Amino acid sequence: MNKYFTVSILAAALALSACTRPDRFGSGADGLGSDIAGAGAGAGFDQSGAIGQSGLGNPDSPEYFAQAIGDRVLFQIDQSTLTSEAMATLDGQAQWLMTNTDYLAVIEGHADEQGTREYNVALGARRANAAREYLISRGVPSSRLRTISYGKERPIATCSDASCYAQNRRAVTVIAAGALS
Amino acid sequence: MLTRTIALLLAPLVAATAIPAPALAQDGPLRITISEGVIEPLPFAVPGFQAETAGAEQIAADITRVVAQDLTGTGLFREIPATSFISTPASFASPVAYPDWRAINAQALITGAVAVSGDQLTVKFRLYDVFTGAELGEGLQFTGTTGGWRRMGHKVADAVYSRITGESGYFDSRVVFVSESGPKDNRARRLAIMDYDGENRQFLTDSASLVLAPRFSPNGDRVLYTSYESGFPRINLLDVASVGRRQITTVEGEMAFSPRFSKDGGAVIYSVSTGGNTDIYRTDLNSGAHTRLTSAPSIETSPSLSPDGSQIVFESDRSGTQQLYVMSASGGEPRRISFGEGRYGSPVWSPRGDLIAFTKQNAGRFHIGVMRTDGSEERLLTSSFLDESPTWAPNGRVLMFTRETQGASGGPQLHSVDISGRNLKPVPTGGFSSDASWGPLQR
Repeated sequence: MNKYFTVSILAAALALSACTRPDRFGSGADGLGSDIAGAGAGAGFDQSGAIGQSGLGNPDSPEYFAQAIGDRVLFQIDQSTLTSEAMATLDGQAQWLMTNTDYLAVIEGHADEQGTREYNVALGARRANAAREYLISRGVPSSRLRTISYGKERPIATCSDASCYAQNRRAVTVIAAGALS
Repeated sequence: MLTRTIALLLAPLVAATAIPAPALAQDGPLRITISEGVIEPLPFAVPGFQAETAGAEQIAADITRVVAQDLTGTGLFREIPATSFISTPASFASPVAYPDWRAINAQALITGAVAVSGDQLTVKFRLYDVFTGAELGEGLQFTGTTGGWRRMGHKVADAVYSRITGESGYFDSRVVFVSESGPKDNRARRLAIMDYDGENRQFLTDSASLVLAPRFSPNGDRVLYTSYESGFPRINLLDVASVGRRQITTVEGEMAFSPRFSKDGGAVIYSVSTGGNTDIYRTDLNSGAHTRLTSAPSIETSPSLSPDGSQIVFESDRSGTQQLYVMSASGGEPRRISFGEGRYGSPVWSPRGDLIAFTKQNAGRFHIGVMRTDGSEERLLTSSFLDESPTWAPNGRVLMFTRETQGASGGPQLHSVDISGRNLKPVPTGGFSSDASWGPLQR
């Protein structure tokens, strides 16, 4: 049973890395890809065979990053200051990124709907940058981290009350395969 | 006399909507009643325009409807139904039977005629002040193609509106906006363009990538908008006629957004975010030269130029919360103009130069408001769960804005309101719609 479970997790990891948009950083030679070689679809087949250690699949997989470590941190209303809980999550993210040097990350900043559109884009940029700066302070090379803000345009929780707003005020670290060519 | 009467209609613009205006009555036939903030609209009659060529009957009737709907849509006019008419003109040249129109209390009478030759369309009209028994202005004739028949109706209505109010019209204008569809957590967005009244809607982009806040060029030929097409927010320039688009080369930064044209259409003012800091820049579209206009560690965005191009109003949270500031168009030290309670954003300078419209967020509600350019005489025109992003009609008398309803099934819908807070209504857009930019009067 364990074997089948492992296989399905692997397949999921493969599917995930296949859809992480390898062209995410654009095709331009902006230096981001220079230290990246051959990452991507093969990442799930780590030769170490260290699969299933925590029941969440390969700890080197983007899926493990998103689910076990936690790919997002949340913010207070109209704030971009990191909470202690956020810092703990980001510590784990930094550790993972330092171990899995084949990956890049795009940090997506988001806002809740209680704000004007353009201000929220700027606020999301501030949140994404707060997460990025923290990861850099923990040793992740800045060249592997980009930011983007979606403002309030990409809510994950759709109700219009505090519980949903709290989930939407977030910075999400999206692991991207580094293969640029 | 008609002119003076509607001037009265437009005068009490400083009255706050929530405060009942004093009842105002006037002796004589042109009675205006203002009570509870509601104005008695001016009654007009528009007998069906005459078809002067065979087969023009339908287009003549359609154009007549556009004229009537434009005028009644302002909230300043009321159409007297044709069933009340005592007589109708036998032809466009017939003398006006004033007593018949006085008897049904029509204060303005519009007559017109339509001729079609091939795809050529000719529309002429006359406007009469019924109680003085005289024509108001001279008869006018418009020529164009049958495909543009709605525009001909708008042209007639603009002329009528202008003669009666003393203001320029706004009916023959277009609006670019974001058309939205799909669930709230996976919404597709496309740029679209339509007539001011929601007719003739067309898409300008597909929904493959996120688009934000389109802005018309001063003459309406191009649109600037924020696009995530490249994977990151960048500023695109779209040609309305060809729908061709290209990315503007902005100042280097992680994100570029919130663009607006300069008054001559030759430059873009916009925001760039780098390292979490957002500032305002200007880029000349011909030379590509960049100028940095703000340099504060806070968020500076939503720039909008004064009509003479000399000043920029924008929002900044340098004080700790979103507030409105005005600075020289070349940058320099800004002065804060918003001092009320709450947060202020998305300011837009009126094309008349006298007012700045804005979004205000206070105590859990959103409002569209206007203030003088020094920040005085703030007036809130709307209140809802979420109102934002005002844009001015070309005559500076009406605002269009986005009203979003709450909850998972909620969505945005363009609305319009006049600057006295009256005549609040949705703009038909055939689905969710947001972020309108109201273009100029067409030529």
